[in-house]
Amino acid sequence: MKRQGILGMLAAVALVAAACGTGASPKPSLDMPSAIGEAEDELNLIIWAGYAERGEIDPAYDWVTPFETETGCKVNTTEMGSSAEGVQLMESGQYDGGSFSGNATDRLMASGTVDPVNVALLSNYANVFEGLKNKAHNSKDGVAYGVPHGRGPNLLVWNTEVVTTAPTSWDPIWEDGSMYSGKISIYGYSDFIADAALHLMQTDTDLGITNPYQLNEAQFDAAVALLEQQRDNGAVYWASYSDQVGGFAAGDLVVGTTWQFQVNLLQAEGEPIEAVLPDEGSTGWSDTWMIHKEAAHPNCMYLWMNHMMSAEANGMATVWFGEAPTSQQACDFAETLSPGHCELTHATDEAYYSKIWYWATPRADCGDTDANTTCKDQDAWTEAWTSLTGS
Amino acid sequence: MSLSAARRPDSPAPPGRLRRFFTWLHPRRGLQLRLLLAGPIGWLGVVYLGALAILLLNAFWTKDSFTGRVEPFSWTLDAFESLVTVEVYRTIAVRTVVMAFLVTLTDALIAFPIAYYMARIASARTRGILVIAVLMPLWAAYLAKVYAWRTIIQGKGILEWALAQFGIAGPGLDEIANTWLVLSYLWLPYMILPIYASLERIPGSLLEASADLGGRAGATFRRVILPLVFPGVVAGSIFTFSLTLGDYITPDLVSDTKFIGNVIYDNSSLGSLPLAAAYSLLPVAIMIVYLFVARRLGAFESL
Repeated sequence: MKRQGILGMLAAVALVAAACGTGASPKPSLDMPSAIGEAEDELNLIIWAGYAERGEIDPAYDWVTPFETETGCKVNTTEMGSSAEGVQLMESGQYDGGSFSGNATDRLMASGTVDPVNVALLSNYANVFEGLKNKAHNSKDGVAYGVPHGRGPNLLVWNTEVVTTAPTSWDPIWEDGSMYSGKISIYGYSDFIADAALHLMQTDTDLGITNPYQLNEAQFDAAVALLEQQRDNGAVYWASYSDQVGGFAAGDLVVGTTWQFQVNLLQAEGEPIEAVLPDEGSTGWSDTWMIHKEAAHPNCMYLWMNHMMSAEANGMATVWFGEAPTSQQACDFAETLSPGHCELTHATDEAYYSKIWYWATPRADCGDTDANTTCKDQDAWTEAWTSLTGS
Repeated sequence: MSLSAARRPDSPAPPGRLRRFFTWLHPRRGLQLRLLLAGPIGWLGVVYLGALAILLLNAFWTKDSFTGRVEPFSWTLDAFESLVTVEVYRTIAVRTVVMAFLVTLTDALIAFPIAYYMARIASARTRGILVIAVLMPLWAAYLAKVYAWRTIIQGKGILEWALAQFGIAGPGLDEIANTWLVLSYLWLPYMILPIYASLERIPGSLLEASADLGGRAGATFRRVILPLVFPGVVAGSIFTFSLTLGDYITPDLVSDTKFIGNVIYDNSSLGSLPLAAAYSLLPVAIMIVYLFVARRLGAFESL
């Protein structure tokens, strides 16, 4: 009888949990606010490292405090290490929004977790480069689902004391990897399979890879085989930017894939570190601030989205992270902090960004309408990554 | 509070209805006990077992591979199928269990002499100092200790410097042995204390009796001390074994190797919650078996 009591209690708990779980149906609503109301007192954001600075590392880079002073919205941030983690955090419903890359935005829009944004309410939106608006990764059916933050490529990084000739291709992490055995720093998430596929697009044209994120079985297997070779060459996988910064600073790592952000941090410490976008092109990101459909502080989120498109905030943030600003005004401001920033990051150069494959989610239907093609989906990528790094 | 009020006859009289309730409750000892325990047991049931139950259920639900959403009550065995068919999950499970055994064995070998010295040889003053020395690391935060080891092990660290004196290259941060070293360090106090407690409980008269019967030091150790202390070793091993089985932060910070906990963490925060849930049932099952065996060996009496 006692046992039945416990089982009954468990069942009741499960039912309650299930009822809570099924409450959210993925039906997109086009209920956009027609005005920004009075600011709430708080704002909870999911961010990439370095996307919300308070001047704690360098007092010159602070775009959170001015926002808090102006709006009264106290900003709380949570960093994501990868897009998949960002999606998971956003699904928890405890955040008002965040800065997401393409392989999170597509999933968030498809699941109805985020709301469309009434860009007419955002005064700075008009200044944003047209080339960044209404793209597949930030809109659906011609309706904006967020506002651009910045874009950039994943880079090749090296220690100039060990790698004395500056590389111009990705070879140091692939074919020549055995030269740097145990000191190759690789992004530690399944998204990196796309980088292997991108390399194969150049070196093994027979495979016929046209999109490094949508791979059929043969293409996928070839990419994984390349990654296994890299692992056996002694790849060290980084899960957070600080892992990588620490490793390069200690000399445990000498070559790898990185973001401009880590390069800036290491160079600021005087470490002998350089980075480049190799000739073959690269994977990269074009990030978007999105709002949760049940955001507890929607007005603060709208104010934040507008703030992050302002010349000062966007200029500072993109210089800080080392990515391309989203408007001419932000470019002009960025130049005052770091001369030549906009040219360096090719802010207006669409031809340059055509070489960059923005992060996207692998899909079973290959993300196209052709019913004859099937691709490896995200689960297959995650599983292959576990097998790669776990055995 | 209400119970103590009922027990004290001189306390100010509560209002009539409450008073009548307490008068009624007063002789019913069993009911009093149940009311007292209802809170904590309810908490245990709802928060602890409830969370476990939801975890268990997640393992049987399907997940949309594109959006990553779990659909409650969409029953499937996909997660378990992956665990069985994909080889890496078996490799990682075996690796984790072997590591848990190694750490337990290492800790037992190191802990025994320390505990023996503390319990039977050291003067009262030395013993006090040693007890504090063993307990002290437990006051420091887990992460602080792991990061301390990280700085010791990593390039340009003290270990690399020390080994260089003998012409040996430093291990760097991608050696599986780092995990073994750091986990053995972290859980050592949990092994020393139960062994120390059981050693201290052995009456001196038993050792004298053994000597009187002609037992030499070795025989006394093998046939008197060891059997009496063994339950204490098993009790300590419950901690070292289960803590190693579940740890994922240390492997992540000091090595590049995946353990069960890393796969669960990766999948719960990044990939597939059902898979993480299914995989997490494995250490639960291992620990149930382990605790059952430990109880047979009398470990619970020496905790």
